[in-house]
Amino acid sequence: MQRLYDMSAVPRERTTVVRRWALIALCVGCLGILGAPTADAAQPTQQSAPDGFVPMDDVPAEEQLPAAPLLAAAYIVVWVIAIGYLWTIWRRLGSVEKELADAMRRVDTDGA
Amino acid sequence: MRRFLQVAWLVVRKDLRVESRNKEMLLTTLFFAASCVLVFSFGFVRGGEAIDGSASGVLWITIAFSGTLALGRAFERERHHDALRGLLLAPADRPAIYVGKLLGVLLLLAFVEALVVVMVAFLFRAPLFRHGWWLLTLLSLGTIGFASVGTLFSAMLLRTRSRAVLLPVLLYPVTIPVLIMGVSGTFALVQPEPDLALARLWASMLVFFDVVFLTLALWTFEPVMTE
Amino acid sequence: MNKRAFPALIGLSLVFFGVAPILIVRAPNEQEMGLIQKIFYFHFASWMAMYLAILVLGISSALFLFRRKPSADRLAVAAAEAAVVFGLMGLITGPLWAVKSWGVWWTWDARTTMAMILELILVAYLILRAYGGPGSDRLAAGLGMFAMANLPFLYVSTEIWRTIHPPTSVVPQLPVDFGLPLWWSVAGFIVLCLALLTARARLEEERATLDRLYLALEDE
Repeated sequence: MQRLYDMSAVPRERTTVVRRWALIALCVGCLGILGAPTADAAQPTQQSAPDGFVPMDDVPAEEQLPAAPLLAAAYIVVWVIAIGYLWTIWRRLGSVEKELADAMRRVDTDGA
Repeated sequence: MRRFLQVAWLVVRKDLRVESRNKEMLLTTLFFAASCVLVFSFGFVRGGEAIDGSASGVLWITIAFSGTLALGRAFERERHHDALRGLLLAPADRPAIYVGKLLGVLLLLAFVEALVVVMVAFLFRAPLFRHGWWLLTLLSLGTIGFASVGTLFSAMLLRTRSRAVLLPVLLYPVTIPVLIMGVSGTFALVQPEPDLALARLWASMLVFFDVVFLTLALWTFEPVMTE
Repeated sequence: MNKRAFPALIGLSLVFFGVAPILIVRAPNEQEMGLIQKIFYFHFASWMAMYLAILVLGISSALFLFRRKPSADRLAVAAAEAAVVFGLMGLITGPLWAVKSWGVWWTWDARTTMAMILELILVAYLILRAYGGPGSDRLAAGLGMFAMANLPFLYVSTEIWRTIHPPTSVVPQLPVDFGLPLWWSVAGFIVLCLALLTARARLEEERATLDRLYLALEDE
């Protein structure tokens, strides 16, 4: 029988490429996250009391929040969001590809 | 152009005629707006004194709430007996139909606002009529901005599921700038020393947003409503 | 196009993100704000990536609305999600900077208000896509164009009103010590944005293929 559907958009050998690379990126990114705090933590030792820092007008110097944890938090948040989002794409791609493979098998057996 | 206005006027007249038979939308929206202001006054008025600056906020929130209620049903009538299809099949400019619907909503909201302004001025002891023309300008500009987006979205949502929920979810984020400007402009008018320059600034920003919203709405109504 | 694009883009973005911390650590501290100013490199870059995603969203929405290209619709979904993700980064890194340099976590100045509104519009877009059901795609395209219409306002908001937020016009005047890590991070975020767009659009394509397959199965 004739094939009604168009599979040209998703050839089989291609389907896993995106997932595989996303997985690699996830792993490298996680390493980056582990590395990030150490990089940030190392920094204050070099420049713990920046010269010429002017405190907020109305906040006494001893009540100033330390900058390093905020900075580290900001960078970690960016990493976590990026990797988290990539992970959701990876998972959704996985489930759709599984479903796609199932459906294709069914079409093949029906068509045969 | 004349034909465009004619079609718009025909749509307005059709809605007005339907409305004049049972006054359903007018009365329910008015009642809703009145109860909104009452609820706010229980919350924000203590011992006859309103919380500082609450009047302008209450005014605009009530308009936004009752506007959503009205917009939700602006196209509801067209759903019965597939009247929308008939309307869209008519040999007329689609944007003209949009403009007609928008005028109908604006007319309805004008009644609502007349009631709400009086109630807020009375219950919150706000000097809303001190600069009446400025208030009228802000109200009409803000309402045009709010209703132009609202009419478009309400028309688009006709074909989707869970219309009633999705209209406010989509409408409020897009129209927040208009509401902020309306509230800030009105606040500049009712504070003890009114700041007319500030009110003018907000009014001109409103004009800007109105133009952008109306242009976008007229531009997208046609392709969005085409089956 | 997709086959090679995603690995290349994600690899490139990893290079950018790997080198960026080195450049940022080596950049001098800003005189007034000190160490905390270094958040700026990622904060600004995430907004740039969000601008890009919203531009893609608006243009592909218009293409879908006026030219009826289904592929444009799929790209629009991807762009909206990416814009929410980068907007979230900007909205979280912003307060972390503000609490140090302004003394408050959040303040409703023109720029932050517009940024929050834009993020809300995009989340509303995703809600519409998720729960609107059939027929909501064209409405979503209209909403996407409204989101893009807000972009110029967001950009000029610090120039029109005198606000606490630093204006955008300071960026081109940055000395090279600050400029290099900044534009390096911006490039990294933009490449990451393109990578996410490719992957997400791919997911949408496969879903469309799956739908076609199921339809074909039902027809048999």
